[in-house]
Amino acid sequence: MSVFSDPTNRDVYVTGFLWILKLTLASSVCALVLGTLLAAMRVSPVPVLRGFGAAWVNIFRNTPLTLIVFFCYFGLYSTLGFTTSNDLELNNYWLGVVGLSVYTAAFVCEAIRSGINTVPAGQAEAARAIGMTFRQTLTSIVLPQAGRAVIAPLGSIFIALAKNATIVGTIGLMESSNAMKQLINDNGNAVFAIFFVFAGTFAVVLIPTGYGFGWLADRLAVKR
Amino acid sequence: MSDDALIVLEKVNKWFGPLHVLDDVNLSVARGEVVVVIGPSGSGKSTLCRAINRLEPINSGTITFDGRPLPAEGRALARLRSEVGMVFQSFNLFAHKTILQNVMIGPVKVRREKPVEVHDRAMALLERVGIANQADKYPAQLSGGQQQRVAIARALAMQPKALLFDEPTSALDPEMVGEVLDVMTSLARDGMTMVVVTHEMGFARHAANRVVFMADGQLVEQAAPAEFFASPKSDRAKDFLSKILTH
Repeated sequence: MSVFSDPTNRDVYVTGFLWILKLTLASSVCALVLGTLLAAMRVSPVPVLRGFGAAWVNIFRNTPLTLIVFFCYFGLYSTLGFTTSNDLELNNYWLGVVGLSVYTAAFVCEAIRSGINTVPAGQAEAARAIGMTFRQTLTSIVLPQAGRAVIAPLGSIFIALAKNATIVGTIGLMESSNAMKQLINDNGNAVFAIFFVFAGTFAVVLIPTGYGFGWLADRLAVKR
Repeated sequence: MSDDALIVLEKVNKWFGPLHVLDDVNLSVARGEVVVVIGPSGSGKSTLCRAINRLEPINSGTITFDGRPLPAEGRALARLRSEVGMVFQSFNLFAHKTILQNVMIGPVKVRREKPVEVHDRAMALLERVGIANQADKYPAQLSGGQQQRVAIARALAMQPKALLFDEPTSALDPEMVGEVLDVMTSLARDGMTMVVVTHEMGFARHAANRVVFMADGQLVEQAAPAEFFASPKSDRAKDFLSKILTH
């Protein structure tokens, strides 16, 4: 454990996990918003929107995340000149957020769509019968019930997202997996210690997160 | 056809695949009239009821409500639906909203009325159907009969020009049928225009102005209840009545 008593190393470790935390938070907000919009498109009566939603899900769900993040860097940034910040590190961070968000949104969309299917058809019918528009029916009646039904699966998606965030290391961000690699390179005698500390940090944060989502799902479940 | 007709169906046809569920149906419901639709299951009664607010689109014919033909999907249709209350067999109360919220949501979201004003009206309606003391509960905490009475209050909150009832008591335990029929009877007495699909012959007898008998998608016979129950004209109606009234 002497590796982590060195302030420089500790700094590498902390910074690495702070990046993961920021990547996860920003991407989960973006993915949730985007995924909900995509789910709304997939159940909408407009064929073009349905097609767009389906295409999005099929493209991003079936492309390896590493490729998507690479594309954000080499395609969007290097080739097309899309920059998000003049600070190189921040630029890589935001490119990572873009990649993680578009990828995770596909999974969020499918989770919410399956949640929509758990809401009995009569609920939407009753909403339409009192004069609600498609949008009102969706936002006031269907999505609130669908959302409560998919809290647990969304939890799994966000836990996967937190771990997937390490892939942003491949485009140069010093997030936890890069931090671990660097510490291992510098401290070849403490591979196991370093490995277990990093893996353990994920576990310590994510296991309670999973239970938290489970608890929330129970608490907010719609009684029928 | 009187000038005072609120709901008019002309030559309405609908198919579910090869099944002809509505076969050239003509029906006119006057303002303030209570029309009870009866008939064997699968005869198209529910489809007829659901076609009136276009929950079930029709294949041909015309349906006019208050002088205007039913609009296609969109805002105009939503506006029309807000003027036609509907009560379902399975209640369909919004499961994630309280009883009070269920009654208030229509006026607040659809009509953009002020919640404070709607609140008092909603409470008065819950009072009327006898569930004001359950206002803060959720639908799942109420009995079927109570839920159906809330559903009626929810429909009334929109101050509709007509109410459609699609087998409102069919999903209820026998001892709860009466409380729902009581509310419906009092509405009928107050002059609400109602189209009621039901198997409750007692209700048809004492609350209806007219009984409509359907079989195989066709409107076979219609008459005042006393006349219909005493001397049905068609064989289908005689056969149907003999089966349900002998027990």
